[in-house]
Amino acid sequence: MASGKKAAVTQPAAVGRSDGQLRVVGKAIRKVDATAKVTGATRFADDLFLPRMLYAKLLRSPHPHARITGIETSKAQALPGVKAVLTGRDLPIPFGILPVSQDEHALAIDKVRFVGDPVAGIAAASEEIATAALDLIDVRYESLRPITDAEDAITHPEPRIHDYGDGGNLHKLVNLEFGDVAEGFAEADLVREDLLFFEGSTHLPMEQHAAVADWSPLPDGKLTLWSSTQTPHYVHRALAKVLELAPAKIRVVATPNGGGFGGKSDPFSHEIVVAKLAMLTGRPVKITLTREEVFYCHRGRHPTLMWVKTGVKRDGAITAMHFKSLLDGGGYGSYGVASTYYTGALQTVTYDVPRYKFQGARAFTNKPPCGPKRGHGTPQPRFALEVHLDKIAEQLEMDPAELRLKHLVPPNSLTANWLKIGSMGLGECIRRVIDGSGWRQKFRKLPPGQGIGLACSSYITGAGLPIYWNPLPHSGVQLKCDRGGGVTVFCGSTEIGQGSDSILAVLVAEILGLDPFDVAVVTGDTDLTPVDLGSYSSRVTLMTGNACIQAAERARDAIASHAARQLEVPVARVAFADRRVFDLEDPTHGLAFADAVQLAEAAQGTIGTVGSYTPAPSPGRYRGAGVGPSPAYSYSACVALVDVDPASGIVRVPRVWIAHDVGRSINATTVMGQIEGSVYMGLGEALMEEMAYRGNRNVVHKIPSLLEYKSPTTLEMCDVVTYVVQDPDPNGPFGAKECGQGPLLPVPPAVANAVYDAVGVRVDEVPITPEKVFKALRRKEKGEPARYGPATFPEIAWPEPTRVPTPWEGGDGRAVEGGGRRATEAARRP
Amino acid sequence: MPDAKVKLAFELNSEPVEVAFAPHKTLLEVLREDLGLTGTKHGCELGECGTCTVLVDGKPVLSCLVLGLACAGHRVKTVEGMAGGGSLHPLQDAFAELGAAQCGYCTPAFLLAAEALLGETARPTRDEIKQALSGNLCRCTGYLKIYEAVELAAARLRGEDAKPAPESLYGVR
Repeated sequence: MASGKKAAVTQPAAVGRSDGQLRVVGKAIRKVDATAKVTGATRFADDLFLPRMLYAKLLRSPHPHARITGIETSKAQALPGVKAVLTGRDLPIPFGILPVSQDEHALAIDKVRFVGDPVAGIAAASEEIATAALDLIDVRYESLRPITDAEDAITHPEPRIHDYGDGGNLHKLVNLEFGDVAEGFAEADLVREDLLFFEGSTHLPMEQHAAVADWSPLPDGKLTLWSSTQTPHYVHRALAKVLELAPAKIRVVATPNGGGFGGKSDPFSHEIVVAKLAMLTGRPVKITLTREEVFYCHRGRHPTLMWVKTGVKRDGAITAMHFKSLLDGGGYGSYGVASTYYTGALQTVTYDVPRYKFQGARAFTNKPPCGPKRGHGTPQPRFALEVHLDKIAEQLEMDPAELRLKHLVPPNSLTANWLKIGSMGLGECIRRVIDGSGWRQKFRKLPPGQGIGLACSSYITGAGLPIYWNPLPHSGVQLKCDRGGGVTVFCGSTEIGQGSDSILAVLVAEILGLDPFDVAVVTGDTDLTPVDLGSYSSRVTLMTGNACIQAAERARDAIASHAARQLEVPVARVAFADRRVFDLEDPTHGLAFADAVQLAEAAQGTIGTVGSYTPAPSPGRYRGAGVGPSPAYSYSACVALVDVDPASGIVRVPRVWIAHDVGRSINATTVMGQIEGSVYMGLGEALMEEMAYRGNRNVVHKIPSLLEYKSPTTLEMCDVVTYVVQDPDPNGPFGAKECGQGPLLPVPPAVANAVYDAVGVRVDEVPITPEKVFKALRRKEKGEPARYGPATFPEIAWPEPTRVPTPWEGGDGRAVEGGGRRATEAARRP
Repeated sequence: MPDAKVKLAFELNSEPVEVAFAPHKTLLEVLREDLGLTGTKHGCELGECGTCTVLVDGKPVLSCLVLGLACAGHRVKTVEGMAGGGSLHPLQDAFAELGAAQCGYCTPAFLLAAEALLGETARPTRDEIKQALSGNLCRCTGYLKIYEAVELAAARLRGEDAKPAPESLYGVR
């Protein structure tokens, strides 16, 4: 019913297309940094050694929740080789990634909130001395009752972990309703409710976080920080705030990240502490976290309990959906407010959902803070929704692929929650994996113990809004043409292994007719490069790409105007390819690119251009509309094949078929790598990865090591059959959309649905461990519900809903009631 | 207090070296801190992740678990010793070509473990590659491009004019 009424969205002009012929874009190109990476030449943060460098260590809390009643550091200070000791009182200004949750201190002042919370910092002549000095610091704690998980936070509003939030130990409550869901459920032929749980997991980058700070003494008074961060711009802001330095007196260099996955997106204690230690000692200071400390930094996947209720017609058409999520946030805010909204934002962008209600809650608990991990807040609801749909399809006696294909969200439409869909290749994705996997011959037809499952997903290509409100571009690029024919491109984007440096080189090469290796790329340095907001939310290819195209096209236009005069042809006929500038109608008539640059430089001076990109405003204007909008949405479909051993409950995944709508592939090599890597990480979350705590031992992390935190090795990784679907989006550079996060999302639900197909039990919880499968199988044998999963969703005192009329109800994107800012929220804004 | 330094002589990347360091230091620390060879990485320093793999007498070892002193008189090879004569080793070239190095942090270790494998068998099966690399963790690639790169390099080292399969670069069309 809804699709017919959806408002059409006008398509903006295509970005970056010239004569339609692509010479570089879309080819399989080795990354510009590939040689450095395979020779070990890439300098990661811990590879930096500066003369006279000191080494820092952090003392971390052994208590999950305690008041600090005293800290005695004199013995540590007296240890030979110790150069400086810091405690919380030395760094009293709070920080945090989101303006609404400035709730962290570089070192705890009055209170610790999780085992691992930093309390003191030491700089010493060696790592050994710094470590020995940690033992000499005497901290007196007064234990407080720890809050162990989200449900505990609801039943125990006291003691409060923080003195802000939406009451007790609830950090954030969201209640949004788009259209009348009660009316939708009344219209349905079938209404189904399900409860599911997604366990927390961590990024586990192979590189431990590291940072090096250097202080140039007064009168310079300038701080330089090299750090394995995905967001140098936000680290820059946090350093300026906490250290009370002018931003111009701080340079942040993002070293290439040895894996990020969202885990290096917050400003961290250790970055601020080494900066302060460098300022105090006047010497460079390095810190490299131990693997155990990386687990305490965390900011990973929120453990999320979910309840979903959907009404459908007999043909599977959704009439209404109501989704509730409860997130276990850990000890600090981090990105948690955004994460909470993300657990409800994207349910509407895959299938047609005419009425939608979302209630989300994030609890503070005494564990390492959760934040953004690949897929940020959306793999959990995607798991819930896709398993729920599998159950609905079975009840309707429909093939789950057919159900999905019949009710896809239309391209170029608005969703119930006012997200603007552009290109939408999900139908093609489903058809590719269905045909490729032999779905029709296998689904419900494989021998016992073998099963096949389908799931789909969608993800944002960059957050439509910045983390702190500002009207500035999200990405900026500067470009300089060299007389020798080389080009240097400068951008604040951060290479974390995803290939963002190469995207810049490929796009410049495409537009200026060069080889990508003619392009030098300078990135992630707040002194040298224009601001890019960072490598998060799958934003870099689209946003830096569009900024880069603008800069390159301006350079092309400048060069072309002078070349046209020389060649005596109209500017419109000047083409760039193969390092030449020539007449499109007579390609032999032209000049070398280097000569064309010199011509232009002689005529008008140095050829340098800039480009920038700001996403268009999104149509939703209700409170909470800031999370979910994106210039473009990617789509994925996944079929998983599983073997389940009923005797042990062990699940093996021999093969996954994945199709991903990337809009347009810019570099085929990195697209394949991102899709396969996403499947891998999704497989880990589906089968084994979990941040597990000893509930009976004061929420101490069970397994803060690479050995005990199980992640897939070569022996667990499945075969992957990849289909790259290209449905160009008008907002993407050459039509490109993201591919680094979206393909993770459908993997856990596809595996869960396949396990059901194999052995007839529902494991409504990831990871799907042998124990859970085994328990569900025993229940089935005993004639109990053949299921393992959560049983109840706790009562939560939700605020009044913000009611937003849908586009087809004639709304204008604003709330009609309950949308105003509540007094408590207004009060806590800094 | 730091121990008095000891001197070690061994063969590093086909050249004799002498280095002085505190005797408790692991080979990983000696390589990175005393010899300035930071191509060898670390992910745990507990022998769990394989990221610090180097070759000692041609066999992969975890340099975080080996004392520097234990290497006296042995042949050690790190990633810095792989490229020669101004060209990448075929394994390095194949890793770069296929995108088997994403963030690149685990890459030196995978390259050396793969080199040890190819030293033993010129035509490893996919299962042999998986077994040989099962002690090395990679969080970026899902390992698939690594297998393909090892296979491509193995073919080239056998003298074949091998090229990546189109579906490996572009997916199944």
